[in-house]
Amino acid sequence: MDLTLSADEEAFRDELRTWLEENHPGEEPKGDEEEAFAFRREWQTKLHEGGWAGVSWPKEYGGRGASLIEQAIYSAEMVRSRAPSPANVLGLAMGGPTVIGHGTEEQKERFIQPILSGEEIWCQGFSEPESGSDLASLKTKAVKDNGDWVVTGQKVWTTFAHHSKWCMLVARTDPDVPKHKGLTYFLMDMEQDAVQVRPLRQITGQAEFNELFLEEARIPDENVIGGVGNGWMVAITTLMNERSGLAFGAMAQVRRDLNDLIELAREHGVDEDPVTRQRIAQLHMEVEALRINAYRGLTAIMKTGQPGPEGSLGKWAWSDINQSLTEASTEIRGPEAPIIDEAWTYRFLRARANSIEGGTTEILKNIIAERVLGLPKLR
Amino acid sequence: MNFDFTDDQRSIKSTAKEFLAARYKPEKLRELAEAGEYDDAIWNEMRELGWAGIFIDEEHEGQGLGTVELVILMEEMGYALAPSPFFSNAAAGLLIQHAGSEEQKRKWLPGIASGEQPAALGEIRNGSAPLVPDAGDAAVIVLFDCDTAKVVERSAAEVEKVDTIDSTRKFASVSADGGEALEGDVQGGLDRVATALSAELTGVAQRTMEMAVDYAKERKQFDRPVGAYQAVSHRCAQMLMEVESARALTYFAAYAADSEPDELSLAASTAKAYASDAGWRVSASSLQVHGGIGFTWEHDLHFFLKRAKTDGHLFGTARQHRDRVAELSMARVGAPA
Repeated sequence: MDLTLSADEEAFRDELRTWLEENHPGEEPKGDEEEAFAFRREWQTKLHEGGWAGVSWPKEYGGRGASLIEQAIYSAEMVRSRAPSPANVLGLAMGGPTVIGHGTEEQKERFIQPILSGEEIWCQGFSEPESGSDLASLKTKAVKDNGDWVVTGQKVWTTFAHHSKWCMLVARTDPDVPKHKGLTYFLMDMEQDAVQVRPLRQITGQAEFNELFLEEARIPDENVIGGVGNGWMVAITTLMNERSGLAFGAMAQVRRDLNDLIELAREHGVDEDPVTRQRIAQLHMEVEALRINAYRGLTAIMKTGQPGPEGSLGKWAWSDINQSLTEASTEIRGPEAPIIDEAWTYRFLRARANSIEGGTTEILKNIIAERVLGLPKLR
Repeated sequence: MNFDFTDDQRSIKSTAKEFLAARYKPEKLRELAEAGEYDDAIWNEMRELGWAGIFIDEEHEGQGLGTVELVILMEEMGYALAPSPFFSNAAAGLLIQHAGSEEQKRKWLPGIASGEQPAALGEIRNGSAPLVPDAGDAAVIVLFDCDTAKVVERSAAEVEKVDTIDSTRKFASVSADGGEALEGDVQGGLDRVATALSAELTGVAQRTMEMAVDYAKERKQFDRPVGAYQAVSHRCAQMLMEVESARALTYFAAYAADSEPDELSLAASTAKAYASDAGWRVSASSLQVHGGIGFTWEHDLHFFLKRAKTDGHLFGTARQHRDRVAELSMARVGAPA
């Protein structure tokens, strides 16, 4: 066991720290959504120019070719410095790796560069109103017509759809085969009248997500990724990239938020209260377990190419911790907790989505029970 | 960056697992647990394998390995629920190794390393130590009170057998007036003891989780294995979460003990608080999965459940360790107002 960084890894971290000190754009503007997005777009341009966008991508595609450890360092440093998210989060974390993994040479040539620069924003059209956890049951259909695909249906939880140029869309191209086999993965141009975007207001009051209404939207055949009928397999790659790409950032985020919680307890004069202290200690224990299990998972991936059983626990653990941590903030604020507060109100309301988005806790428990523990399936 | 055992450590683990599984078969374990006895022949074999002194320096006739190797053995001891003086002897050895003078180490460590002069460790509360594992058969007893500790010879101590729920380990109360003070790093020793117990708790939790999962695959109700029902399978998933978290925290504490001593105190209390809760919760949850049969004396599960409860209260309860986690972790954030 050795948790120290190599000289190269330390150099990577120091280079990033120095760059962040010189280029940190400050806090994201609050209130106006358009203004905030423009701010994030500008930040991404800066990241790209500095060579800090797409760090995990291979160098030949304009990335930095960072190792898993360097990726972990990158996520941790971004959170530590409270750097804003880049505008094209989904393009960087999922779209790019999917095109690199499954796309043709022409597709790589066409799509990769503008993802990195933030010129073209990406969104993800997977979930539908009737297809949440049972994603493969999705009904949006694509029919071939004169060399194009014509798509009709509805998508939901589409982050940044209103800013996006491209949508990673999974649609049913063959209704006559078993549900996982009739799907195809497309890159759909959002700039057409047949695509209607309606913001979906969430419990925080913001509208991070959208509904997407597709009425005979057209997609040229050359925008199929990974071949017709292989949509499920390609979508799984996207989702795996989502989970591993976000894991280290999520881990660093709960550590930082726990530090904020400790400061909050001091501000409210309850840092000597034994009940509060027990609760903070419990959170520290869980945050540490998440951190160390992430290192164990990283070691397993480096050795075997596969995450060990503890890998599947991370997303579940993170959502539990973030909910419990933000609930603790309301306990600390006491009677003031319902009063809208810039630092904590959004966090504790937004945390309710953590156990739903990117795989519900119930689905994750099913996966663990069936694939890790070998328990029988109910279905 | 690598968070895994070396090949040598892996081989210690597999040797221990095989040895303990062969020696403590279910019939044997039950026989010992019901009699409240250990098997001297098995203990002698462990001594010959060099386990008793695994972490003790070579100059004091140990194996010269570290806390990581001790933790590997302790986890397997918990998994096998081995009734033996191994832990108590090691716990006292850790205190003498870290808090003893050169002379005290020379005097006591070789007997502990060979297991010929086994030692025991007890915590003093209100003047005497009410719950000391294996004090009855020890040659020497280390007693601590907060961060002070002393060594007393068995003959100079008043030792009285105590009955506990855990019949796989022998306990006694100890009171002793005299003794030699240990003036070194008492806390460093105690942190390693807490880490070793966390490993044992992790092993117990792992085993009771496996028992639950096996049973849930076999036991049928309403024409299906009960493990197909999510009320049961999600309970098992929760067990895995707690077992893997306890294991991660324990391994990190062991790593800190050997490689990052500044992290040890916080890491050890973090591990012991978490593993104490997890040991109890996982074994109790396993009992629930077993249903009525899990509540019978005839089923082995209760021996594990009781060890988990007892370990959870030994050398600091979860609550006490959480107090310390709060103190140490909060001190790292900003400046207290």
